[in-house]
Parts: sequence; C-alpha cells; structure tokens
Amino acid sequence: MSEWKFTVKDLAEKPDLLMPGHRACAGCGPAIAYRQILKAARGPIIATNATGCMEVVSTIYPYTSWRIPWIHTAFENVAANASGIEAALKVLRKKGRLKQDHTDVIAFAGDGGTYDIGIQALSGAAERGHDFLYVLYDNEAYMNTGIQRSGGTPHGAWTTTSPAGRVIPGKPEYKKPIAEIMVAHDIPYVATASPAYWRDLITKTRNGLEVKGPAFLHVLAPCPRGWRHETNKTIEIARLAVETCVFPLWEAVDGEYTLSVPSKAIALKPERQKPVKDYLKTQGRFRHLFTPEFEHVINKIQESIDKRWKALLKRTT
Amino acid sequence: MTISKQEMLAMSGDEAVAYAAKQSDVDVVAAYPITPQTIIVERFSEYVHDGEVDTEFVCVESEHSALTACLAASAVGARTFTASASAGLALMHEILYVTSGCRAPVVMAITNRALSAPINIHCDHADSMVERDASWIQIYAENSQEAYDSLIQAFRIAEHPDILLPTMVMLDAFVLSHTLENVRVLSDEAVRKFVGRRKLPLVQNHEGDLVPFKLDPEAPLTMGPLALYDYYFEHKRQQEEAMYKAPKIIKQMHEEYAEISGRRYGNGLVDLYQMEDAEIATICVGSTAGTTKTVVDQLRANGTKAGLLRLRTYRPSPKQDIIEALEDVKAVAVMDRSHSFGAHGGPIFHEMRHILYDSATHPPVVNYIYGLGGRDMPQHHIHQIYKDLQEVVRKKRVKKAVHFIGVRE
Repeated sequence: MSEWKFTVKDLAEKPDLLMPGHRACAGCGPAIAYRQILKAARGPIIATNATGCMEVVSTIYPYTSWRIPWIHTAFENVAANASGIEAALKVLRKKGRLKQDHTDVIAFAGDGGTYDIGIQALSGAAERGHDFLYVLYDNEAYMNTGIQRSGGTPHGAWTTTSPAGRVIPGKPEYKKPIAEIMVAHDIPYVATASPAYWRDLITKTRNGLEVKGPAFLHVLAPCPRGWRHETNKTIEIARLAVETCVFPLWEAVDGEYTLSVPSKAIALKPERQKPVKDYLKTQGRFRHLFTPEFEHVINKIQESIDKRWKALLKRTT
Repeated sequence: MTISKQEMLAMSGDEAVAYAAKQSDVDVVAAYPITPQTIIVERFSEYVHDGEVDTEFVCVESEHSALTACLAASAVGARTFTASASAGLALMHEILYVTSGCRAPVVMAITNRALSAPINIHCDHADSMVERDASWIQIYAENSQEAYDSLIQAFRIAEHPDILLPTMVMLDAFVLSHTLENVRVLSDEAVRKFVGRRKLPLVQNHEGDLVPFKLDPEAPLTMGPLALYDYYFEHKRQQEEAMYKAPKIIKQMHEEYAEISGRRYGNGLVDLYQMEDAEIATICVGSTAGTTKTVVDQLRANGTKAGLLRLRTYRPSPKQDIIEALEDVKAVAVMDRSHSFGAHGGPIFHEMRHILYDSATHPPVVNYIYGLGGRDMPQHHIHQIYKDLQEVVRKKRVKKAVHFIGVRE
C-alpha cells in the first residue's frame, strides 16, 4: 500500500481543494470528510459528484467551492460519470492530447446515491474495472431531501419515511453491507474510514487513488440535522461508531481483509468494545428506543452489531 | 472542392451508421445493446477489437450509463457517440436533458422503435418524438445512405461553437436498420478531413480567465452546478438561442458535405418533392417518404398535382421553410408515426398546424396516424390520403381532422 508519509504540517500547508465558503451546515460530517479526503490528492485530479447535499452546498451557481475540475450530472450515475471521464482521459492521453501523464478520478456520492439509486452504475463501473476512487459519504439517510430512509439507514433509526411510530419504532430493516458487496466485485481496494480517524482516512484515500483499477471507500459521516445531535458532537459520534463496532474500520486489498488500528485494538482486547447504547443515546434519531416499550430494539441492534463484528473478525483472521 | 472518390458497399442502416462513426474519429463510445440498434454496437465492437479505430469503447450496464459516460467523456473534451432505441432512449430521458443543459455535443443514432406496452420491436417514432423538447437537434433519415451522411454531419453540427447541442440521427427500425442497401461511403481521409478534430470554445472561469470548455486540471471548471430561480432560466434561454442558430449551421454543414459527396437532401432542413406546383401535399419523416415519392410519381403521371414535404430536421423546426413550401398548396396531410394520446392528433401534425397559423394562405391540415408498432404503410394507404385531400379541396372543408389509417377499428 501507499508509501506516502505525511505530517500534520504537510497537511496544513496543502491548499484545500474544497474551499471555504460553501453552504454546508455547521458540524457537517461529509464536509469534514471531504476536506480530509482531498488532502490525499497526489496531483492532477478530476472529481465528480452525485446529486446530494455536497453537490448542492458546494456549487450554487455562479459560485463554486471547487478548486479542481468537477462535474455533476445526476443522482444515480456518478460511477458512470467516472467511467466516461476515465475512458476519455485514457484515449486522449493515447492520442497525445493531454498534458498530464496521469490524472486521478474521484467520484463522490452519499448513501442514497450508492446503496439505492446508484448501485447499478457503481456495480457496472466496478465490473468494467475503471481506474477510479469511489467515495461513499454515508450519513445514513437522504439528508438533502429532508431525512428519508435509505438502504444505509440503520435498524431502529427514525427518519421522515421510517418514523418512530406507535407500532413501528423507526426503520425495521438493517443496513445493507455495501462495502462487503463491493469486495465481492473482486476490485483491488475497498476500505471503511471515519473522519474521527483522519490519518487513517487520508491514508486510505491515498491507497485508493494509487491502486490501479476501481477502489471503494466507505466513510461514515454523521449529519447533525438528520441524526439529531449537537453540531459540536460530529467527530465524537463518528469515533463512538468505531468504538462500539457499529462501524469497524478495515481494508480489503485484493479481497484480503485487514482490520485497521482502532478496530484491531478492540479485536485484541474485546472488553474495549463499548456497548451500542453509548452510541445510540448520543442521537435523537434513536431517542424513541429508550422507552420501556421499545427497549428490546436496542438489544436487537446490539445483537446485529455483534454478529457482523464476529463475521468480520472471521474474515480478517 | 471536388467530389471525393466513393466506394459502394452493401450495408444495412445500422451498419452504415457504425461505419460513419468509425470514420468520424470518435474518442469514446459508450453503448448498450437494444434491438434494433444492436448491430451498431456489434459492428463498432468489431472495429475496436480488430484495431480499426482509436476509440475507447465502454460497454456499459444500461442506456442511462451509456449517455452519462458519453456526457462525462465529452466534458473532458472527447468526441463521443452512442446509439439507442425505444426503451433505451426512454431510460436515457433524464440524461438527455442533462446532456443538452451541460452543452455536451454528444452524437447519438436512434433506430426508431415503438414503446412498450405491448412490447414491440418494430418501427414507429414514439421514442424520439417524446424527446422533442430535450434540446437535442433531431435529424430523421429517409434511407441508409442518408443515415450515414447525416451521422457524419452531426458531429460538425453538435460541436459547432455556436451550437454545442447534442444531436440525434434517426433511422427507421428494420425498414432501414436491418435492410441491405447500396451505400456510397467516402474515404476515411475525406471523412476525417470533414469532421476535423473537436474544437473547444473558450469560456470564462471563476477567476475571469478564458479557458477551454472542458474538465482540465490546469484550468479547473465546475460543470453541472445547482442553479436556482436566479440563474436556471438564463441557462435555458441560451439553449434556445443555440437552437435559433442551428438551422443556418445545419444547412451550412449539409452544403459543405454535399460538396465532397455530391449528395443533398433538400436544403438540409426540408426535402421537397414535386412541391413547386403542388396543390395537395403530405408531410412526413423517415422512410415512409420513399414510398410516398413513388405514390407522388404515380399521381403526377395521372395529372394530379401532388407533392411531399419531408422534414429532415424536426428540431430545430424549420418554420420558415415549411411556410414557404406550402404557400400555394390547397390542402395538407401530416403523416404521424406516433400519437399524442388525448391531444387530438400526432406531434408533427400539431406542430405543422401551429406553424401554418402564421402562413398568409394557411391551408387546411389533416392528420393521419399510421404504422404504429411497425405496421406497414402500403402505397394504397398513401393514395387514400391524397384522395382524401382532393376531397378536402373540392368540398373546401375538413370533415375530420385526425384519422387512423391501416388499423382495425
């Protein structure tokens, strides 16, 4: 994997490619993650974005926050954008019509644009083996349209289309294991990452850019508006997701799973795993579960988290 | 210029289109198979696998991604081509608007096929007529030769700095797509010279500098941004401005191409047949014009002053040419191979009647919906239409405006 070493000073001196002045909310997890991810850029780069919060907040015409070439076309097709960009770069380079020896291609999409409406284009692009990095910024619901459930919304979470009702307490279904689905595509690089572990996130981004062929980076990015938490808790909650094994950090290089340091520490000392309750109670979207009527749902969430964690440990040993 | 030496090849319409794309120095093709367009994709795959083209071929997982990939590649500065039909074009619908809105000069061939349900693979024009408002230039070919010629012209039209609008070239399913025809092809060199290399206009970036209109790390641009009520309207207005300019450019490209090929299709916008002294006339698009010309010949032989106006471009709509061509006509029949349900007639009929409202003479106009789902349009039906027109002229009134012809009632 990447031999690139960096210090905090290196990062501080690197210009931000997503410039300040964009219109993301205070405490926006995706905006923090984007900033960190773009610190890993290694040279010429073209970015493409699916429709979603980050597209909207960064480009309201006639303004833009993008210091790099960037294109948005629609919601469900960002992987097809990347396919077209990569194909064009390849052929124009071959024909001697590009100045750059190499240009990285990075595609950004939220959970709606990835788990749900965009999975066909993503699967196709992965199968065709385009050389690009796909970044899923997962804030676990359609936040841009006002907090509707997606395939990435966790069990029990309140959203406006999975309300905390008197009979059905939030989302009945479980989160789709999207990163594992991408590993199953036999692509060279898949990783999960969190803005709470910025060094890990930046390193993984660089790995994804350096690898030849499709790379997939799944970033859990809390949304204060949708998750119902204070804007200064974003990073704390992102860290809790890892500490509770709700969102373990790992890499799969050529299908070989390795736990990343924060999750490896839990694997080595299981008592370090915090109960999922500690994570759930930080967010208003799970508030309805802390009632005698629905407390059993918390147990079910814990069971499902433990089950997935055990399965992951099996894959990594 | 002199007419270049041409070879005559026996090709189906699909093959002629693939051959034209092969000669047009296309950088990226992204496509997905659908009957009756499949042969285009198959032939092009062969060109790629046999090393006959320097094209990056992206064999995508859907038409939605086919057009998306072409649009994105076009944004990087590549010349792009795709092809589709029917359900495939319908699946692209969303991205058709995005492509024109991003001013990406993608060229696409459409083998006109009926829309489901019932599922049907044969010709009608419902698929492309429904996209008339997508801000794409639309050229309808009468035969495979014209499909070949038009596709080559399409790159020049779409990429023209005054236009920058995607362009689709239509050919009728099976009647053209799968039927062998003698097609005269230009040499590779002649086509290369005609299409040239794609030129990128300069646009102002956020620093106020003029930079090439493409995604370039040296001169970054933001494309496809959010634009709300304060700017969206201006973007759309500019697209209409490009459409206003398009007739002149289409005619110019058609003429330049005629100089090297010797082939003309009317003035590039409308193809008039026996219209000079015509008293009754029909209007249509596509291959039905061929049959209609035969019928016109037969009628003329009997002394009936019949004529045909074939629309070659439907977008932009050649309003002035239509008004002038029909100035002295006493009755007009529009043949529509698609229908606008509940709208009292087909889409071409609506538009022709709308245009003729501004004509000083405005002749009566009637509509014939024909050939849906590939139903044959035989000569005797066309004779019937001209006969009905004579009746309209004689009685000086339209008894019934919209007719369905060749259907069990």
